[in-house]
Amino acid sequence: MDNHPWLPNLSHVNRMLEEIGVKKIEDLFQDIPEDVILKRKLRVGYDRPLSEHEIRYRLGQIAEKNLKLKYPPFLGAGAYPHSVPSVIKFILSRSEFYTAYTPYQPEVNQGLLQALFEYQSLMAELLEMDVVNSSHYDWGGSLAEAVLMGYRINGRKKVLIPESINPLHEQVLRTWISGREMEIVKVPIGNDGTLDLNFLSKVSPDQISSIYVQEPNFYGVLETEVEYVADWARKNGIISIIGVSPISLGLIKPPGELGFDIAVGDGQELGIPLNFGGPYNGVLATRMDMKLVRQMPGRIVGMTQDQNGKRGFTLILQTREQFARREKATSNITTNEALVALANAVYLSLLGKHGIRELASEIYRRSHYALKRLEDEEIGKRKWESDFFEEFTFVFRTDYSEIYRGLLARGIHGGFRLNEREALICVTEVHSKEAIETLVQTAKEVS
Amino acid sequence: MWRQAYWDEPLITEFRGKGRQGYLIPKEDLDVEIKLPDSIRRTKDPELPEVTELEVVRHFIRLSQMSFGVDTGMMPLGSCTMKYNPKIEEESGIAESIHPLQDQETVQGNLEVMYEMQRWLAEATGMDQCSLQVPAGSAGELAGVLMMKKYHTDLDRERGDMLVADSAHGTNPASAAMAGFNVIYIKSNTEGLVDMKVLRETVSENVAGFMLTNPNTLGLFEENIKEIADLIHSVDGVLYYDGANLNGILGVARPGDMGFDIVHLNLHKTFGVPHGGGGPGAGAICAKGKMTSYLPFPVIERDENNYVQSKPDRTIGKISVFHGNFGNLMRSYVYILGLGEEGISMIGKMSTIATNYLIAKLRNVNGLELMAPHRFRKHEVVFSAKRLADETGVTAFDIAKSLLDRGFYAPTIYFPPNVEEALMIEPTETETVETLDQFAEAIKDILEKAYSNPASITSAPHNTSVGRLDQVKANHPSTLTPTYRVLKTRLSSQRGD
Repeated sequence: MDNHPWLPNLSHVNRMLEEIGVKKIEDLFQDIPEDVILKRKLRVGYDRPLSEHEIRYRLGQIAEKNLKLKYPPFLGAGAYPHSVPSVIKFILSRSEFYTAYTPYQPEVNQGLLQALFEYQSLMAELLEMDVVNSSHYDWGGSLAEAVLMGYRINGRKKVLIPESINPLHEQVLRTWISGREMEIVKVPIGNDGTLDLNFLSKVSPDQISSIYVQEPNFYGVLETEVEYVADWARKNGIISIIGVSPISLGLIKPPGELGFDIAVGDGQELGIPLNFGGPYNGVLATRMDMKLVRQMPGRIVGMTQDQNGKRGFTLILQTREQFARREKATSNITTNEALVALANAVYLSLLGKHGIRELASEIYRRSHYALKRLEDEEIGKRKWESDFFEEFTFVFRTDYSEIYRGLLARGIHGGFRLNEREALICVTEVHSKEAIETLVQTAKEVS
Repeated sequence: MWRQAYWDEPLITEFRGKGRQGYLIPKEDLDVEIKLPDSIRRTKDPELPEVTELEVVRHFIRLSQMSFGVDTGMMPLGSCTMKYNPKIEEESGIAESIHPLQDQETVQGNLEVMYEMQRWLAEATGMDQCSLQVPAGSAGELAGVLMMKKYHTDLDRERGDMLVADSAHGTNPASAAMAGFNVIYIKSNTEGLVDMKVLRETVSENVAGFMLTNPNTLGLFEENIKEIADLIHSVDGVLYYDGANLNGILGVARPGDMGFDIVHLNLHKTFGVPHGGGGPGAGAICAKGKMTSYLPFPVIERDENNYVQSKPDRTIGKISVFHGNFGNLMRSYVYILGLGEEGISMIGKMSTIATNYLIAKLRNVNGLELMAPHRFRKHEVVFSAKRLADETGVTAFDIAKSLLDRGFYAPTIYFPPNVEEALMIEPTETETVETLDQFAEAIKDILEKAYSNPASITSAPHNTSVGRLDQVKANHPSTLTPTYRVLKTRLSSQRGD
């Protein structure tokens, strides 16, 4: 190989080796034991470099192997189909942003730092929390980090989580804390799908490190007494954590007003495509209480001044981080989801204070409309009478698997299967009235 | 002279317009009322901006002009592998509208990519199987140490200690601590390699594993690696490979052949995914032999006609909620397609040539010192500017700031911790030899000026958007400003509102 557009020095090897003072490339690897040296090419990629034209062809082949759906899937369960403004892709494509590294040299990265500060600031307004870090991997990771924060603060070993937690978030939480001797206890849910708060009077609070609630919960149900949970936790020295859908906060009371210590969630809803599961953005926010802030993991951008008195931005509280504190750090995180956080900032700027309410209202109305239509056509009924946002649990009259297959055969992806008869149906602003009608009519035909 | 843009750009939260909106919300005429209970209904709108689409675009484009990435100039950040990100990668968004919980039958194309990537990454590392669960390297490390923990627990034994080289990335001890291990540092010898005597004395029946990178953070290949592996395996410990430095040997040697049992990869380093200003990255955690059954799920397997998701027998569970950062996995896939077998096999060689070429150019520069100068480096090199600091007062920090003035990003500084006034330089295989020459000239110029006119270096940078930032103010409890909300609260309490 003597030329490749991404390997500029292939044709300058001899000149470079001469400058180094060796005869051949292998001389540079003489410290590697002979039996460890690989004596063949790696079987990685195809047998020759593909040209751009061929790469595009291959991408097309892959896309063809995925089934094209007629409408966005009626799937939520932790990842939500939403419309993405074209401005976002345009701004993320600015390569000064997307080819940057973590802004450890602030003087040359003011733009990125300001954008991340804006992400933190906009998210803080939405959540009504004071401090937001500049991103984690996803909701599950943020939840795990929040639970570990609580553990570091009070040293207690039990964590209360709701029975109605997203089961995938629970799996991630369990993995992340599996090195610690912590015990997870589940708070049951009552007949209306909301938390059974009587349970709290039956537990001994002094062993409990933190309590987590999800709003809306995994089944789409809106918890109406979450403020009580925050109060109860505060009285007992327990760290209260709430997981929220950011868009729902256009209508729903924010974590700060409810009195929670930590809020977590996923920024995927705010301008990020589904991407088959990632990149997303784990949101993590706290109150301005140094007991919490000092234990907060992840990067935080702060405002300051330069030597000439100009406003400037820089990473702050870096002594919490792994490169400074090593094994005593608040977390091991380095690479985060900064570009996704930037996308969230652009999205929240575009929507603004009125847009976010309008959007949340539209999603609320469309999802309730879909439920009503499904019930009108007697395809089944809602599982719980409680109010919901975006998603609802629907009990089908007949076997859901058959309906699901029937829908799929017609290019419609139904909801998330919970069991034989039940599914979680997700409806957002990308599901038009026509899409909802088609879902209802098709479900009726195939049931 | 290089000069960066500066805009006196307000925060988006400081835009003063009212009643504007930058995005139209789709509306359907539906007969539905909103009847939320008062206990959870938002009472006042969030304080978000009221701006038009154009204002948003102009604002963020101006901010981009005050940012620096690989497309702006060389970023010789040691251990970060800031190589060029081929633009064709940005056409890889075929899964943008695909939900992670879609029926497996509907996503066979995506699963095929994951299957191929698992195979290729296992081949590149000499491992048996990979899981693409991990959204970045540190998540891979967490997965790796949890795998070790579970392995020993399954054998019903207490292994409390994790060995870590003293030159290791901070993530290694931090990950080990997250998994509940006690961290024991293994000292380097005067040659910059693991001190075998210390290691022999430390290895015991209480050791769960050893976390190591090879080449190490000094860019040196641990030539005793097989002896190290034998030693760790003699107590049934697990040898863990920190893949952050794989770029220096990719195609030349494989961790699996050296005796490593688990490897994490940073696809945003070695496999060409852009870093995104700190992320998103993408990763993989790979294992061989008995350790494969501990990998996080899902891994993708192939039955007769289909690709299917499966769960290793003794899996530690899930590290990320869905399939890891699939969007970036696709970028990496395109990068691999574009290089092919031969190109991928040249990466370690070309990055090593570039590093040693730079060393040759900088070897005799007054003020810089190199530990074990007779050894060849792999993809990175660490110089010490201690003599310069002693003789002139100009530090590694000052050199970094002065490089910014010359249109280069700074090397990694003050790392690894076992080198004083460290400047850790990684040129990567994607910079032309002419750019390497210019970079070497810039360093030489800075060092000469450090001796002739040190104030011109200690006051740098001058050509960037802003000058040196006040870190004391940034971090002091009375002026700490992590969000605009905190600033508003502080100003209003100062006014006595």
